[in-house]
Amino acid sequence: MPEIQNTYNYKVVRQFAVMTVVWGVVGMLVGVIIAAQLLWPQLNFDIPWLTYGRLRPLHTNAVIFAFGGSALFTTSYYVVQRTCHARLFSDGLAAFTFWGWQLVIVAAAITLPLGITTSKEYAELEWPIDILIALVWVAYAVVFFGTVFKRRVSHIYVANWFFGAFILTVAILHIANSAAVPAGLWKSYSAYAGAQDAMVQWWYAHNAVGFFLTAGFLGMMYYFIPKQAGRPIYSYRLSVVHFWALIFTYMWAGPHHLHYTALPDWAQSIGMIFSLVLLAPSWGGMINGIMTLSGAWHKLRTDPILKFMVVSLSFYGMSTFEGPMMSIKTVNALSHYTDWTIGHVHSGALGWVGLVSMGSLYYLIPRLSGRTEMHSVPAINLHFWIATIGIVLYIAAMWIAGVMQGLMWRAVGEDGTLTYTFVESVKATYPFYAVRLLGGLLYFSGMLVMAWNTWKTVAGGQPADASIPAPAMAHA
Amino acid sequence: MDLNLIRSLLGVIAFASFLGIAWWAYAPSRRERFERDAMLPFEDDGAP
Repeated sequence: MPEIQNTYNYKVVRQFAVMTVVWGVVGMLVGVIIAAQLLWPQLNFDIPWLTYGRLRPLHTNAVIFAFGGSALFTTSYYVVQRTCHARLFSDGLAAFTFWGWQLVIVAAAITLPLGITTSKEYAELEWPIDILIALVWVAYAVVFFGTVFKRRVSHIYVANWFFGAFILTVAILHIANSAAVPAGLWKSYSAYAGAQDAMVQWWYAHNAVGFFLTAGFLGMMYYFIPKQAGRPIYSYRLSVVHFWALIFTYMWAGPHHLHYTALPDWAQSIGMIFSLVLLAPSWGGMINGIMTLSGAWHKLRTDPILKFMVVSLSFYGMSTFEGPMMSIKTVNALSHYTDWTIGHVHSGALGWVGLVSMGSLYYLIPRLSGRTEMHSVPAINLHFWIATIGIVLYIAAMWIAGVMQGLMWRAVGEDGTLTYTFVESVKATYPFYAVRLLGGLLYFSGMLVMAWNTWKTVAGGQPADASIPAPAMAHA
Repeated sequence: MDLNLIRSLLGVIAFASFLGIAWWAYAPSRRERFERDAMLPFEDDGAP
């Protein structure tokens, strides 16, 4: 059908965009529930499915893979089409990635509360679901790279390099780390053992942070910030160096999760050194994004979408400074196993990943619905402020709690005995868990405002599919 | 060849390629080309 071939495939982008908002609400709600459980343990009502140990992986999987994953599918499918001047490689395969990914999420939401888990962090899903993930991911790679191959411009825009690296690396990470020997339908044993198993797991998990939660979202940054600011990226050449510096270093940072464990000392040191080196590309990318606004700073005053994007970059800069510092062994001796880590993760997740996704979606949703802006622009501003205050409360509470826990655990009296029992540190943390719950509630409320605004925008619009520019206009 | 030598070489080769990429990106002769590439997202302006 010629008409279809002259338009972009926005249908799958729309589906993923709506589900990003839905899964955002669900995942953040589970986060609020488990934050409340830490304050009031009786909230599990003595029902095994609702216990903290089962709901916590449900929360991480829902926000990372359901919310974050859907946001990545949405933006990568949109950006690759728009910057390649080509329709998605295969409508059928693209639809398969949408329905397959939703099935993975539903399977996770059923199995995790039932206690079915591999116990590998961020890779808890059992082997039948892992196989489905691998199939969906290969289809995703075919659709994405197929679109890049049929592009009608000569250059591959930098955002697509980041999306491409994210897709390729996650495929390798997922397949390698999920290698297991099944022992029944819902039980398996890892293909690796002992310290090797731990190293493979954290090679996977840290690169899930580096490629799933960083490279893909940098792809968003390189497209949506220039578009929303109405000016090209500050330095395209810096973006090329940024990309390769990140690719060359991220792979080696994983061992910093295993400081002072059975992992060989030299491997720990390599992890620490590469984590410190990572500061350079991370800040190079952040500066590149923020400087894109130079000469247009006044737009920040009136444009709430730009606020989302620029503040997300500020949190990216903060957490990519904090991360290398925490990877230093002597700092890690204080921070590891405390709530400081939780604060660090949420500064990156709520601040960077969350805000940049929300900003990009506020750009996209009206365009996908044939409108020029969201139903309510003041509601975007409201969302921005509730979310930002929520993040600050959350991470400040966890920083204080974490440093306090680390200091209490290591305090010894003159005779060498521990000054505090463990439960004393738990008791001292209690008020900070209340502040964290408040911060999480605010962030979740912001997501509800977004859901309402999305509903009104989509309901008041018509699904729109933009046409592809004629080849004559295409880039030489 | 000793396996550890290959491992060390790999690190050196990776670092050299990175330096090569940085030189390639920042060579003055490619300045204009990258400025044009940066405009790619704006070539379809007008369409939603």
